[in-house]
Amino acid sequence: MLDRRQLILGGVCACCLPLRRARAASFAALREIAPGIHVRRGVDEEATPANADAIANAGFVIGAESVLVFDPGGSLADGTQLRAAIRALTPLPIRHVVMSHAHPDHIFGAGAFLEDKPAFVGHARLAAALATRGDYYRERLEAVLGPGAAGPVVMPTVEVKDRLELDLGGRKVRLTAHPLAHTDNDLTLLDAASGTLFCGDLLFVGRVPALDGGVLGWLKVLEGLKAVGAAQAVPGHGPERVDWPAGAADLERYLRTLVLETRVAVRDNIGIEAAVERVGAGERGRWTLFDDYHGRNVTQVYKELEWE
Amino acid sequence: MLKSILAIALIGAFAAPALADEEAERQAHWAELKQAVFGERPTVDAAGLIALEAPKRALDAALVPITVTTKPGADIIGVTVVIDDNPGPLAARVTYGPRGDPSLLALRVRVNQYTYMHAVAETADGALHETAQFVKAAGGCSAPVGAGEAESLAQIGRMKLRLGEVVAGKPVEAQLLIRHPNFNGMQMDQVTRLYTPMKFVQQVEITLNGERVLAMESDISLATDPAIGFRFVPRAEDLPGKLKVTVRDSDNTVFEESFDVPASGS
Repeated sequence: MLDRRQLILGGVCACCLPLRRARAASFAALREIAPGIHVRRGVDEEATPANADAIANAGFVIGAESVLVFDPGGSLADGTQLRAAIRALTPLPIRHVVMSHAHPDHIFGAGAFLEDKPAFVGHARLAAALATRGDYYRERLEAVLGPGAAGPVVMPTVEVKDRLELDLGGRKVRLTAHPLAHTDNDLTLLDAASGTLFCGDLLFVGRVPALDGGVLGWLKVLEGLKAVGAAQAVPGHGPERVDWPAGAADLERYLRTLVLETRVAVRDNIGIEAAVERVGAGERGRWTLFDDYHGRNVTQVYKELEWE
Repeated sequence: MLKSILAIALIGAFAAPALADEEAERQAHWAELKQAVFGERPTVDAAGLIALEAPKRALDAALVPITVTTKPGADIIGVTVVIDDNPGPLAARVTYGPRGDPSLLALRVRVNQYTYMHAVAETADGALHETAQFVKAAGGCSAPVGAGEAESLAQIGRMKLRLGEVVAGKPVEAQLLIRHPNFNGMQMDQVTRLYTPMKFVQQVEITLNGERVLAMESDISLATDPAIGFRFVPRAEDLPGKLKVTVRDSDNTVFEESFDVPASGS
């Protein structure tokens, strides 16, 4: 079980590790999931010095004129390795670094791209989220990785309120800002040419989802994402790619189960502590890190639905 | 002067006991707190009169559900919940009125660090009965404001009441939910470097047809959107009736709501 400080990091276990500098992380191999689209899979673990918080998927899209990064990695070291991997493939300038949402495992690599002077692109509410939580995330991450190892909090320079189209040279991608779902600042990217949808943490596959926004909103946003016409999706956690929209099935089932069973618990006056034990118990065994996040998810869902 | 500084340091927020003699320090801290809350009055071990149920390890330190139960018919006039190592240790102090039933008090609290929690019942003869539970949770007070608090602020003062079965002369189970961010003044805005100002629920009074069920004084340890599970006992002549709730927060803003209690059923 993790406490809030750890969970709020998207699963950084700050309690059980001595303070020490991050060792060079073993950087997972890139996989090219469509021409010019590469993904580095995050490991299904909590952050440790050994994995340098490379626990979320990070990817990039190469156009004819520039490169766009979608989630720059979970730490400065992770971002540095991602940047080196990009440089090994193409000399094109890195003009955009998209931050899918405020959780540290997705964005602390941004500091590694400062020298490229890219546009740092985020949801219109990302700046506010980082303003209230950024330093806190950094402190908590450094408690695991070691002083200075997290990297700076990089604020977005381009905000997406609704939609934004970016041209990478012969390749147009579309960014969409979403209402309250996984968080209140989720951003997705669609590469229409290859039919690839980068979901950030609006899609979890295999690793138990973490809810930091609203469950009803998340289900509604998923409905919309399923209809964007993509053939494959990149989850925030899970394999480099899944078929789309089929790859949303497990997440939808999990979230729907939480909604249905929590509504019953609220209706039957079953308290939050008993609900945590019962709701979604059938999902145990279907997800990694289940016991670290599920009870907290139920608490969040209960808090949301008891006001219906 | 020195003495009062010392007292604040001992009773205050950040008394984090060292590993050595940790248990002894925790007990000493409780003794200090007890004196601050109850004065010189001695407390006795609960001996079945009061029980405190809390998760040994909390899933979410910002929302830790706790339940205090007391022996039915024990002539209890008040229940106090203390979270020893929280910045505001006195989480809730409940006084029961003629329509109240002290056999159940359920709250949701924040826990800032590993701590003992204490529940103390006061009986009509003035005796204090205590019980304790150790809870492992951390960060519940200083964690930054999230999307949930924004929603609470937008809907501040909205209330909901859930009622169990209503039978005259029998305890009715009820849960009151109050939309309120309960900002505790420890949550920092990292851009302005200012703390979100304190704004929290300080007093809640619940009456049935004008007669007190309970009155609660609370502090910054209650979770966002305070929830109070309680019991009340309506007489036949009280039904159908009205439960009235008056909430006063630290800005002296008053929120009122009144709920129908049906003649019978749920």
